[in-house]
Formats: sequence, C-alpha cells, structure tokens
Amino acid sequence: MILWWIGDIVLLVVVLPVVVYLLRGVLAAATSIVPSVQSIASVAAAGSKDLDSAALLLTTQDQATRTIAGVANYGGSLDVILDDAS
Amino acid sequence: MALPLAMSAAGVVMILAVVLIVAALVFYLVSVIVALRKITVGLDQVIAGVGEIVEKSAPVNVIVTTINQQLDAGVDALEGLLVKKAGIVDAVGLVDGLYAGAAAAGLRNFPDSAAIKPPRIAEVYTRGTLTLARLGREAPIAAANPAGPVLRNVEAGSLAARLLYPEVRQSRPERLSRSPVIGTAAPVQYEQRDDIGLPRKHMPARAAAAADSANGASREP
Repeated sequence: MILWWIGDIVLLVVVLPVVVYLLRGVLAAATSIVPSVQSIASVAAAGSKDLDSAALLLTTQDQATRTIAGVANYGGSLDVILDDAS
Repeated sequence: MALPLAMSAAGVVMILAVVLIVAALVFYLVSVIVALRKITVGLDQVIAGVGEIVEKSAPVNVIVTTINQQLDAGVDALEGLLVKKAGIVDAVGLVDGLYAGAAAAGLRNFPDSAAIKPPRIAEVYTRGTLTLARLGREAPIAAANPAGPVLRNVEAGSLAARLLYPEVRQSRPERLSRSPVIGTAAPVQYEQRDDIGLPRKHMPARAAAAADSANGASREP
C-alpha cells in the first residue's frame, strides 16, 4: 500500500517534471531553428536574385575580348609610328 | 473492503499521473512535430535558393578566368610596348606620374622595375612631346624647366599643365585657325604633279653656266 503511494509520488514529483523539462527543451530548440531557417531561405533567395546579372558576364567577356583586340591593334600601330627607346 | 478502496485510490492517482505524463508527451511532441514541419518547409526554400545560386554561378569562374586572361594579355602587351618605346626608366616614371606611388610595385613583367627610382614625368613628357611636334601638333617644347616643380598635380587635376600650351588656345579658342579641310570636298584642291621624283627637264641657270665654263676651260688648252 505504501509502495503504491510512494510510486505515485515519484511519478508526480519526479518523473512528470523531468519529462516536461526535457520536452520543453526539445521544443525550445526546435522552435529556435525555425526563424533561422526562414532567414537563411530569404538570404538564399536574395543571393539568387543578386546573381541574376551574372549572365551579363558573357557580354562583359565579349566586350573585354573586343577591347583587348582594339588595344592590340592600336598598340601595333603605335609600334610602327613611334621610335623605340633604344 | 478498505484495502480494495485504498488500492483503488492509489491506482487512480497512478493512472492520473500516467495520463498527465502522456498528455505532456503528446503536447510537446506534437509541438516539436509542427516546428520540424516548418523547418522542413524552410529548408526546401533554402535548397531551392541555393540550387539557383549554384546554377547561376556555375559559369562565373570560367568567364572571369577568361576575362582575366584577356586583360592579362592586354596588360602584357601594353607594358611591353611602353617599355619598348619609352625605356624601362621612363616607363616607370610615366606610370608613377599617372598613378602616384604605383612605381613602388613596379611593372608586372619587369620585376627589376620595382627598384628603379621613378623620374618626375607628368603630362609633359619629353619623348612624347617631341613625337607630337614631329607629328605637327602643338607641343610645349622647352616651356618648362625639368628641374622645376611638378607640373601636374595628380590629385587636383591638370589645369596647370594647360598653361604650357600657346595662350590663344586657352583664352581665345575662337581665334584658332581652323583645321585644314582635306579630301575631295576641300575648298582648295591641289592638282597632282606628275614630275615629282622624275629627272629634271631643264637645268637650273647657275648649274648650266657652271657647266659651260667648265667645258670651256677643259677645251682651251
């Protein structure tokens, strides 16, 4: 009889608070992850949007190629026009 | 009769305690499940965004490498041309005149250039000035003493160097003579002469007289 009551007291005073404490910790950890994941998602979306102009690098590459070709032609003409230093 | 009642009371308390524990488990575990579902949805969005980033940034490395190779080739060509035409010392001075302090780093393809003390060359560059003069442009030849102060303030502009040019260009540019018009639509047309470069048809008078006297002297004896 006394053992039954002791078991009840242990359940109510020890087991139940421990279970609640542990579960609250798990819930707090899981809840704290949610805003972090949402912020990461927004940052990833913004980063993806920022890279929309990466396609313009193809134009930049073409322009750089043309510019260097023009500089090379101009340098060749200068090489003919100007005297060497030595 | 009291014992079964006492046992039932303890049993009821036991059952109540177990129900409380199970209720706490259900409440918190369902809350955790809801939070994990939100996390899953957020991670799906993250994966989608990261996938777009990876897809969009995939060609960046190749393109930037190609652009850098092109620019490297341009820098190599221009450095080589500058050193070839101006000499390594003047080249360092010109670079330092345009970008103050750049001579400390030296030219990329000429490691020894970092040790060269850059001469003070600003807008007025002797060799370039002579080249301009040879090409028929206005050039401030000998307008300034190279031992004097620096002509061009690289941080505040180059108005001082303009004063080296003829004054009419600065104050009365409308009085500058107009550039000659050339081409088929030019107001003055010059006919092409066919005799340029050919042997002379008539001897000059002095040369003819000298030739005659020489011939007469050789016949007299």
